[in-house]
Amino acid sequence: MTQQGVRWTADQVLALAPDTASRKAGSKLGAAGPWSEAGSSDEGAVWGLCRGSGSKPYRTVIDIADSTGPAYKCSCPSRKFPCKHALGLLLLWSGEDGAVPRGQVPDWANEWIEGRRKRADDKRAEGAAGSSPAADPEAARRRAERRAEWITTGASELEQRLTDLLRGGLASAEQAGYGLWEETAARMVDAQAPGLAARVRELGAIPSSGPGWPVRLLEECALLHLLDQGWLRRAALPEGLAATVRSRIGLPGSADGPPVRDRWLVLAQYDTADSRLTTRRVWLHGAESGRTALLLSYGAAGRAPELSLPVGLTLDAEVSAYPGAGQLRGALGERFAAPAPTGFRPPGVDVARAVARYGEALRDDPWLESRPVTLARVVPTPDGDDWQLADADGELALPLTPAARSRSGLWRLVALSGGAPVTVFGECGHRGFSPLTAWPEGPGEAVTLC
Amino acid sequence: MPSTPAPTGAPAGSHWEELVTVALLGTTRRTPPGVTAGRDAPTALLDAAAMETVRRRAGMRPGRAAARVEPAAEDSRPALPPAAARRLTMLLADRPGAGSGGRRGTAPDLMELLPQWLATANRHGYAAPPQALPALLDAARGRTDIRPAVLAFAGPRALWLARLNTDWRFALRAAPGGGAVLPGPEEPERIRALWEEGLFAERVALLAAVRARDAAAARDLLATTWASERAEDRLMFLDSLRTGLGAADEPFLEGALADRSRNVRATAAELLSALPGSALAGRMAERAGSCVAIDHTRGTPTIAVEAPHECDPGMERDGVVSKAPAGRGERSWWLGQLVESAPLGTWSRRLGGRTPEEIVALPVADDWRDELHAAWCRAAVRQGDPSWSRALLGTSAAPEAGGPGAVSLAERAKLLGTLGAGERAEWVAGFIAVHGLSEAFQLLGVCAVPWAGPLGRAVVDALNIARDAGSYPWSFSGVMGLAERCLDPAEAVRLEALTAVPDESENAAPGAGGYWAESFQRLVTTLRLRAAIQTELTEP
Repeated sequence: MTQQGVRWTADQVLALAPDTASRKAGSKLGAAGPWSEAGSSDEGAVWGLCRGSGSKPYRTVIDIADSTGPAYKCSCPSRKFPCKHALGLLLLWSGEDGAVPRGQVPDWANEWIEGRRKRADDKRAEGAAGSSPAADPEAARRRAERRAEWITTGASELEQRLTDLLRGGLASAEQAGYGLWEETAARMVDAQAPGLAARVRELGAIPSSGPGWPVRLLEECALLHLLDQGWLRRAALPEGLAATVRSRIGLPGSADGPPVRDRWLVLAQYDTADSRLTTRRVWLHGAESGRTALLLSYGAAGRAPELSLPVGLTLDAEVSAYPGAGQLRGALGERFAAPAPTGFRPPGVDVARAVARYGEALRDDPWLESRPVTLARVVPTPDGDDWQLADADGELALPLTPAARSRSGLWRLVALSGGAPVTVFGECGHRGFSPLTAWPEGPGEAVTLC
Repeated sequence: MPSTPAPTGAPAGSHWEELVTVALLGTTRRTPPGVTAGRDAPTALLDAAAMETVRRRAGMRPGRAAARVEPAAEDSRPALPPAAARRLTMLLADRPGAGSGGRRGTAPDLMELLPQWLATANRHGYAAPPQALPALLDAARGRTDIRPAVLAFAGPRALWLARLNTDWRFALRAAPGGGAVLPGPEEPERIRALWEEGLFAERVALLAAVRARDAAAARDLLATTWASERAEDRLMFLDSLRTGLGAADEPFLEGALADRSRNVRATAAELLSALPGSALAGRMAERAGSCVAIDHTRGTPTIAVEAPHECDPGMERDGVVSKAPAGRGERSWWLGQLVESAPLGTWSRRLGGRTPEEIVALPVADDWRDELHAAWCRAAVRQGDPSWSRALLGTSAAPEAGGPGAVSLAERAKLLGTLGAGERAEWVAGFIAVHGLSEAFQLLGVCAVPWAGPLGRAVVDALNIARDAGSYPWSFSGVMGLAERCLDPAEAVRLEALTAVPDESENAAPGAGGYWAESFQRLVTTLRLRAAIQTELTEP
């Protein structure tokens, strides 16, 4: 674990922090001073004792080879996850040579790691043996039918709302304000259609979102109408599209695709948060299969989601796809080794091809906001107050999304390029391109932009 | 909409416009286009809009590339070693603002180590990792003290970036001509053009650059436009002659003694007085010498002072300010200025061939001692004279060294600046051993980093004594902070023993032991970190 070869970078470690304060606190503990008896094992365990203000040092253990992302345990009272001690220990391990020597896992750390891995094995064995024996397939079918009826009621009600809105005109939506939509969203939650609820909530924010809002509101209303209709007529749809509709409505799917073992390069990881939930997206690219996969992980408000993977490393692991045509979402299955550095980079395309790919993907999923893609040899170029990524060898360019223009990552990208071509991975959609990770032309590590 | 929708014939765009108009007004007022009988209008509108939305998105095309930016200049310096690059990321992640408040705990202040990190990286001549430039520029934006080091490390690409982001404009101000390279000696016409047409800041930078390269050429350049410069600009330009000041500058400075501006005159006089061979220095030696003599009529030889009775026009022309500040006698005010501007070599000749030590040791009649010694201190600092500085400092163990005496702590710190690093450290170590830390902060500030062994040991011992005396560590937070940044990292081993929490003694402040242990832990951790930083930056 401590061979130079599989160390993470400080950037990768700091990306695990749940918030800025933790980043800062963790950085401060990333030096040898407060640590004693620190060590690491070949199986991916890192441990150490951290002296705090109390008389007893905190015991910190991290299992970086766990199949769901690094797992942490620390005897400190912090509710942050990972806590600053875990971050500091990982920084120490990623930084100085010899600060975290290889050694025998001490008993106190081993107990926890063994327990975790055993539980994980049990769970996997359970999964392999089919669903838990307690489940009654007949009861489950009845529950699913009942839920489908509720959703149908909700979708019909929503259709009614939309037609009422258009009968009176969108101009009136501006006066109606947010309350109307909040109430409708609550009705969709009751109808057990969280996907519809989330879209309705976003509708409520559009009228106050600045110039051009009527166009955006009409687009979103129309796509919501399309989703309602998709649900109401799902029996007539081809299976792939029906699965997409189900997942857009918010019905839980299960990743029942065949597990694909590959060397998955972690392309990007970023969080989006609302008041209730933090959603973490991790993009992977299979070195052999050439597939791009999306892993989702959720954390209740204020907690970092469980899954965390270091950007720029590769993972020898299995990923299973969720159902749905053109569906990129997958679930991370077994991992066979700890993440390791790599020289591999995703193959890229030019901007015209990137836009075309998004267009093609809309055939399978008309609700798609964007599609992941790697651009090869593009130059970040200012365009008035906006920025674009321009083909180094052509005359075409993609604008950056408004959100990407205001992120600090934009400047990291511009600095990395210095006016020369770079490789950029990001999401390409109807709002523009949102860059997430970049690589320099020559040798060099992946630079995260989000 | 970022890109143009596919041109699928003219109606497409207009059809969408029409749908938006109908949607805004509502179908009760407008009938949507192409509504077939039997369908209700709102649903038909939604169907058409859904179709049109997906079509528009699917048919998007990339836009045209805007004008390309000229790429940044090449940075030929070697890349940072990976471990050092990781360390830089950590130091920059430690932004001020999200602090934990008053107590500092045991963790080092990473941001405080950035200046040292930068100095070492610059010494080795590494290039900054491009992706770290935004964080470096942000750090420098908030802290002017590290700007020069950051900009040197950040190199040409930082200036290229600063032209694209107004937040970093300061980088362009610091680099004359917006980062344009200053003309070299082989481009006299470019130098001339920039001198005559450049902005003030550019001209100051140009003059400084030429002066550093060729003192005479800078003086000649300044002379070409001297008469037509504004007074405050003349002052700044004149100041740039401090660098590489030499006897050849005398005629120009003599001319400036007749300047219209009093500040310019005073600066010219000050510069001339730092040239012991100059005519002005000679005139000052003459005037000051006539005020100070040895009086042999007493039991022991004693210095007698006869302060000037007037400030004549000649003195004024040589930079003596005639009007004394409130609360000062004017004769002593004039005397101070004369002694300060007279070459120190004057005194040995004037006072019986005595050495500086012997002169300083002489008694002074009529309470003139403090006035005279203070003026000699200013002269020793101005003329950078170590033997006089040594004499005026005296031994650090002397009781009056701890103040208050003829020489204030601030003046002592300045005097120390004229000595070599080793001697300076030794003097301050001796001072701390006798007088403790409470007065030492200013003196420590002028010592070379990392502190020499004896000085480091004196500081640690004094901290230890302060702890045993039962005070709290935050009374020494200034010195602690300095020690974290300046102690030789090799001292960490000796400090290990101090990081344990001692038993509370009778007279100690409650809980102080724990706080001291915490402070020493932070000190040790910081020293280790600094050792690691040095190693990371020197590895091949």
